[in-house]
Amino acid sequence: MVRFLFHRLLLILPTFIGITIVAFAFVRVLPGDPVLLIAGERGVTPERYQDLMQQFGYDRPIWVQYFDYLAGIFQGDFGTSISTKRPVIQDFLTLFPATIELSLCAITFAVALGVPMGIIAAVKRGTWFDQTLMGTALVGYSMPIFWLGLLLIILFSGILGWTPVSGRISLMYYFPAVTGFMTIDSLLSGQEGAFTSALSHLILPTITLGTIPLAVVARQTRSAMLEVLGEDYVRTARAKGMPTRRVIGLHALRNALIPVITTIGLQIGVMMAGAILTETIFSWPGVGKWMIDAIGRRDYPVVQAGLLLIALVVMTVNLIVDVLYGLINPRIRHQ
Amino acid sequence: MTDPAAPNPRVNADHPPVGRGERFREFWYYFSVNRGAVIGVFVFSLLVLVAIFAPWIAPHSPTQQFRDALLVPPPWIEGGRAEFLFGTDAVGRDILSRLIHGARYSLLIGAIVVTLSLSTGIMFGLLAGYARGWVDTVLMRLMDLILAFPSLLLALVLVAILGPGLVNTMIAIALVLQPHFTRLTRSAVLAEVNREYVTSARVAGAGHMRLMFRTILPNCLAPLIVQATLSFSTAILDAAALGFLGLGAQPPTPEWGTMLAEARQFILRAWWVVTFPGLAILITVLSINLVGDGLRDALDPKLKRS
Repeated sequence: MVRFLFHRLLLILPTFIGITIVAFAFVRVLPGDPVLLIAGERGVTPERYQDLMQQFGYDRPIWVQYFDYLAGIFQGDFGTSISTKRPVIQDFLTLFPATIELSLCAITFAVALGVPMGIIAAVKRGTWFDQTLMGTALVGYSMPIFWLGLLLIILFSGILGWTPVSGRISLMYYFPAVTGFMTIDSLLSGQEGAFTSALSHLILPTITLGTIPLAVVARQTRSAMLEVLGEDYVRTARAKGMPTRRVIGLHALRNALIPVITTIGLQIGVMMAGAILTETIFSWPGVGKWMIDAIGRRDYPVVQAGLLLIALVVMTVNLIVDVLYGLINPRIRHQ
Repeated sequence: MTDPAAPNPRVNADHPPVGRGERFREFWYYFSVNRGAVIGVFVFSLLVLVAIFAPWIAPHSPTQQFRDALLVPPPWIEGGRAEFLFGTDAVGRDILSRLIHGARYSLLIGAIVVTLSLSTGIMFGLLAGYARGWVDTVLMRLMDLILAFPSLLLALVLVAILGPGLVNTMIAIALVLQPHFTRLTRSAVLAEVNREYVTSARVAGAGHMRLMFRTILPNCLAPLIVQATLSFSTAILDAAALGFLGLGAQPPTPEWGTMLAEARQFILRAWWVVTFPGLAILITVLSINLVGDGLRDALDPKLKRS
């Protein structure tokens, strides 16, 4: 197991270096002089220009600059935002819990609905139920989620008035961020109604972000289940006279879930991309909206660090999924 | 299609040689089993026709502003006018006409992105799988690197660097979709390159180029066709998403995502400006995905029930 873990860690090393090179190159390929970009529209005197060149180290060879950049990353220095003047990592860490909270809710929504849907569709293969479910899943898979979000707002916030349009919690409530998760913090604050408010703000973004993963999980569960249901050991279990429920729950499902778990892991990257759209629609103060705002404000250090940090998060999650996969499936571990 | 120097793997004693028409008929037999796929082909063909004949079909110009008709609802709602079937937007443009013209952009984006990423993907994949060694290593690590980023995020940042616009959107999306084609081609090439028909073509004196493009490539096409279809719909979705975020096609271009972005502020007042562009995206993407599913069933020999 240790060897397997070490091997996996070794494998992500080139990816890590690659990601940092891309993020580093990002500022370099920007049209225009980086110093003039930082100086802004008022411009700088030639002396000040030289000062800035030296201060930011742009006068040194490119590879020295890269290693400086890399060393900075290891010390937690991801640059400074032009607009807020704060270290980028600080803003990221403040906003990231909002994105995690939303993503966790969305993936829970997708798995809690998608896995049972896939199982039922597979067991009832070919029936109208299966066809309707898979038809719906394909619609969900083809859904422009930024449009879905808007439709949900029209229906649930506009016409029915059930849910709020944007934000994480009603402005009535204020309490310090302890965990960064609004639902937990609202419970901790003990204020009446705060938790309900946080929850109601979560519903529409969760559905919006969770729709595509839901469709993917349902389709994947169905096809994995169909494959397993045709296996000899399932037939043997049936032939022994085991009740169908037990055959499906005990024999089929366990084996069918392995590819499903991989699929869920792969959805994390999709979710980070989806979070950009979802957060923009619902003014959800997470890293996705932060990136879009930074692009709009031409706050390039934020865009650069955001790209790097999100890629690192996805890489780490993939590594964890990979390791978990090895834990449940010895065949992978001993390859 | 296949190299005459190489014996066609499909031809052996059990199966008589099949012509192109015969092969298409076989393909259509498997494809048409999937009813959804046939519907998908039908809807998609309709969309292509709409895109081609847009200026003749559209009742109005996509940019003409009817100053007396701002945010007019569709005719079946009170206050609607029969000349604006899907209503008008905030500056009085006919939404239906804009959608019809928008079909051109979406299909063009899909076609160009797929062409770009498919052709470069095939090149890289053939090269990596055929040459192996350091070429393979360098190319595949590069592909892994692109795949390490969430695709929409990378496309977004690329467009932010290159500058917003339709052309840059297409370049960025093609770049992030391309690794899938490279990987697919490479793995197909690796599976084929040691087959006997390839060896025999090599012995018969076929050069590298001929081996790569005429002997091996035609036998790797099935998964590439399926992937191309799926990428077509992804490209349309991503381009619309970038348009929605204000980085894709710029107003007043009647691109569907851009239309949604413009309509956002009116969602609670005028549902039709939001509903129809999104519906157009959904129908287009859905029809292509239906075709993709059908193609996979028809072309994937593992799932064939023969």
